[in-house]
Amino acid sequence: MAKPKVAVYWSAACGGCDVKVLDTNEKILDIAAAVDLLFWPIALDFKYKDVEEMADREIDLCIINGGIRNSEQEHIVKLLRRKSKVVAALGACAISGGIPALANLYDAQSILDYVYHKTTSIDNFQGPLPQPEYDAPEGRLTIPKFYDSVFALDQMIDVQYYIPGCPPPPSLIVKALTAFLQGTLPPPPATVAGEGSVCDECPRERNREAKVKKWKRIAQFTPPADTKKCLLDEGFFCLGPATQAGCEALCIKANIPCEGCMGKPQGVTDRGSKMLSYIASLTDASTEEEAKKILNDVVDQAGLLYRFDLPKSLIGGRRKE
Amino acid sequence: MASGKAIDNVYRVTPPSAAKKLRELNYCAHIVHSHIAHFYALAAPDFVVGPTASSKERNILGVIQKVGTEAGLKVINARAAAQRVQQILGGRATHPVSNIPGGVSRRPTKEEADEIKKISKDSVAFAEWSLQLFDTVVLKNKSYVETILSDTYTIETKYMGLVDEKNRLNFYDGVVRVVDEKGKEIVKFAPSDYLSHIAEHTEPWTYIKFPYLKKYGWKGLTLGEDSGIYRAAPLARFNVSDSLATPKAQEHFIRFFETLGGKPVHNTLANHWARLIELLYAAERMVELSNDNEILSDNIRTIPTETPREGVGVVEAPRGTLFHHYKTDTNGIVTDVNLIVATLNNNAAICLSVKKAAQALVHKGKVSEEILNQVEMAFRAYDPCYACSSHSLPGRTPLIINIRNSNGEIIETLTR
Repeated sequence: MAKPKVAVYWSAACGGCDVKVLDTNEKILDIAAAVDLLFWPIALDFKYKDVEEMADREIDLCIINGGIRNSEQEHIVKLLRRKSKVVAALGACAISGGIPALANLYDAQSILDYVYHKTTSIDNFQGPLPQPEYDAPEGRLTIPKFYDSVFALDQMIDVQYYIPGCPPPPSLIVKALTAFLQGTLPPPPATVAGEGSVCDECPRERNREAKVKKWKRIAQFTPPADTKKCLLDEGFFCLGPATQAGCEALCIKANIPCEGCMGKPQGVTDRGSKMLSYIASLTDASTEEEAKKILNDVVDQAGLLYRFDLPKSLIGGRRKE
Repeated sequence: MASGKAIDNVYRVTPPSAAKKLRELNYCAHIVHSHIAHFYALAAPDFVVGPTASSKERNILGVIQKVGTEAGLKVINARAAAQRVQQILGGRATHPVSNIPGGVSRRPTKEEADEIKKISKDSVAFAEWSLQLFDTVVLKNKSYVETILSDTYTIETKYMGLVDEKNRLNFYDGVVRVVDEKGKEIVKFAPSDYLSHIAEHTEPWTYIKFPYLKKYGWKGLTLGEDSGIYRAAPLARFNVSDSLATPKAQEHFIRFFETLGGKPVHNTLANHWARLIELLYAAERMVELSNDNEILSDNIRTIPTETPREGVGVVEAPRGTLFHHYKTDTNGIVTDVNLIVATLNNNAAICLSVKKAAQALVHKGKVSEEILNQVEMAFRAYDPCYACSSHSLPGRTPLIINIRNSNGEIIETLTR
């Protein structure tokens, strides 16, 4: 039997997801032996024209990390979609925009203006902005068009499987690839993750009676190293209850509150609203006035509640001036 | 790591000595992981499999096929072990979370510290094995050495890197030293002073900025003693350092300059050799730090008490000097940010290296896949990771070569 054909692609990503594919360590040799790797820009020297020359649906599984931020990325993921039977979104950026999508609070013009006219080391505050098409003396130079927003992959193409995390745990990548090779992937669309929320795999213990009088930030307070104490109970803004399991609570074990990179748990529509209801129930206030005062310490709500999934949130993006 | 240090400065707080050691230990493990990945996955295919081999074999899997599965597993395990150290100390290996203003959030347990000690020792052995491999495969092959020394892959620039008080390479901390084309020191500056020395030029045809030395100004994509173009990353770090701080790496450092004709070395492909010697340095430094009992201290954080304001943090990232600069409101929420990312420092130099390689390799308009790859080698010596340093943009090597006849008409276009 012919080996299944696999492609890996990165778009608006940092390379962390690709590093996690490498972090499957010795298993990567088994995977490489079991499949035909047709395309993997960060690791293998294939070119776009190799993809263009493939037959439609020739790729059995295409794993894409990164969100969609420019015209080149849109073009390539649409091309890969046509050439692939199954597409899996790897990591927070592909699934829900990720950290780059926090820029959706602004538009392309203001971002380009900031980066090329306002950053402190720029030498010409009126210099030219990058042009998608530029007529140089040697001929026309083209670069991709920078979009107003970052899109999640499934806002551009159909996606069958989701492997969450920023970066995704290598164990989940192995789990997904093993299921693919054995033909035991669940019917799509499906997410390959743990069961329940991060709280379900956290070693710390919730105290159901706990109430929070002051919300603390790690900038000015040290979370308890005593692994019995729940960080939320202690007043640290931990997104564990509103975050899908599968990461083994690594950050919390390092005494850092969960930032929510694994995405919202199954069945939750909007993770920010879900988290806010937790916070409201924990806050020890008897009047609206008091609650307001306590919650004043929770700054940068968009960044806290939607750090990894602004394009998939109810608020969507752009700040209304 | 640069952001962690910048935030210390935003909150005007100095981490305790134990926290600094834990950070440097973690960071050296990061260098080990990253240098292994860069060398074996991205550079070795050109040397071990060969610069003119078919692209189907010229990759990490081809390298493993050539050196054997056992050696391949050795590479995989060495990188995995470095990732393990980062997970212990950083909480996670990629996107670590343990750096907080004024220190770190967790110290290792005694058992974890022992594990790190063992991994550090193994990493030194692995680095020595890698240098041995480089010696056998590259340095003992006359044609490869000729390629490294050839004018095709050589440009003369200024160099930048972080050094300690004795002008020795340091990845985590120090002052920025800049030398000229002759290796003479131009300036040494504190990270917080970077805006007095570096500015960035922009062009309408690229999203990537061009940093340059302010003292010389931007003169366009040209080299020479009046040019402000400088380079960063392994070769640059060697050219700005008087020596390396660990004994085994220092021996290789001396041999490096002896073999390549003295300081400074301008041969771009020598970056790969320097990268492997840095791997040895980082591993030796891990041994030193992991044997320091202070890393088990509970005093790992100074709690900030001042109102946050503004801060700069600089480290040597695997692919060059990395600057982070934040301004915040009184809540510590960032209002202004500026990053000069490792490879970005090399942008102008990469353009010029690619141009020079193309001019030397392409004759009479004939370009084969092999020649295209040899041009790309000039690029890969710096970084495979261009999208990162342009902050947001395309995740690919955007190399298009237009071959023109003497009238300037395009006769062939080659693209990745």
